[in-house]
Amino acid sequence: MSSATISKKSYLLVWAALMVLLGATWGVAELNLGAANTILALIIAVIKMGLVIFFFMHVRYNNRLTWIFAGAGFVWFWIMVSLTMTDYLTRGWLRAQDASISYWQEGAPTPPPGGNPGDVNTTKSNR
Amino acid sequence: MRNQANAPMAEQFETLEQQEEVSRLGMWAFLATEVMFFGGLFMAYTVYRHAYPHAFAIASKHTNLLYGTVNTAILLTSSLWMAFAVHAASEGNRKLLVRYLLLTILFAFGFLGVKALEYRQDFLEHLIPGRDFAVPEAPKSEIFFYLYWAMTGLHGLHVLIGIGLLSVIAWMSSRGRFSEKYYNPVEVSGLYWHFVDIVWIFLYPLLYLIDRHV
Repeated sequence: MSSATISKKSYLLVWAALMVLLGATWGVAELNLGAANTILALIIAVIKMGLVIFFFMHVRYNNRLTWIFAGAGFVWFWIMVSLTMTDYLTRGWLRAQDASISYWQEGAPTPPPGGNPGDVNTTKSNR
Repeated sequence: MRNQANAPMAEQFETLEQQEEVSRLGMWAFLATEVMFFGGLFMAYTVYRHAYPHAFAIASKHTNLLYGTVNTAILLTSSLWMAFAVHAASEGNRKLLVRYLLLTILFAFGFLGVKALEYRQDFLEHLIPGRDFAVPEAPKSEIFFYLYWAMTGLHGLHVLIGIGLLSVIAWMSSRGRFSEKYYNPVEVSGLYWHFVDIVWIFLYPLLYLIDRHV
């Protein structure tokens, strides 16, 4: 059967790699790299996921149909994230003055004098 | 049909290999629904972190990085024991199989134990959204903590379900229900356990390590 093709030693190596990558996640986070911090953290997480899926979960040694089943959920998740973020990331690019569009970048529009109808506490800051 | 070690094949299958493949694909299909299940929360996280990056960074510094890191190591190690358990099953080594399954379960409890300590500290530091929420410098960090509790809570529930599942498998193993020819339930339960591990691999940097320099 498929799983017998991996020796215990290989599992130990994969585990050691996962531990090194865990240390790397923390170590990289302590460096101040700006936006690259998040990107690096996610790259390391994806590598860790790959190690777990391909070796611990044996997908490396399974047939192509299993590859499709294993990949499907992640592909659809990626579609959801990218389509949703094309909206949020680009809001306000074209008409930044439009309060209803730039809400996510600028915060809520200033309430009218006397506050919005139904507000309990209009003095509270929004950020 | 009973899954006895000497007659493990259900009648709708032609061969043991076919049965194996079907149950493996079934588990992966279930895991795809789990990706979608957690995916909604990761999506909400992405949207709100994009909207309030500063508040999320401040909130993240209020989490306990040491507990989070230790728990990642514990969970990754429990996955190693699970992989060893499947390996022992494939060799028909019942004693080792049960031993590794129990180790996996022990580490799962270790994870929940550390998580309980962490939740207690979060509770005492008023990091629960609501009236007493205590991060005044960034009120929007409440959104981070809504997601923190929901995501770690849902993940913790999966760990708990995993403990139940692996306990049943360990009991069946000790009763000699599996052999080197038939150990599919062990392998498929292992897939579930490794998936729980993968969710945490992403939760760790996204919750504990957003920006250490704010």
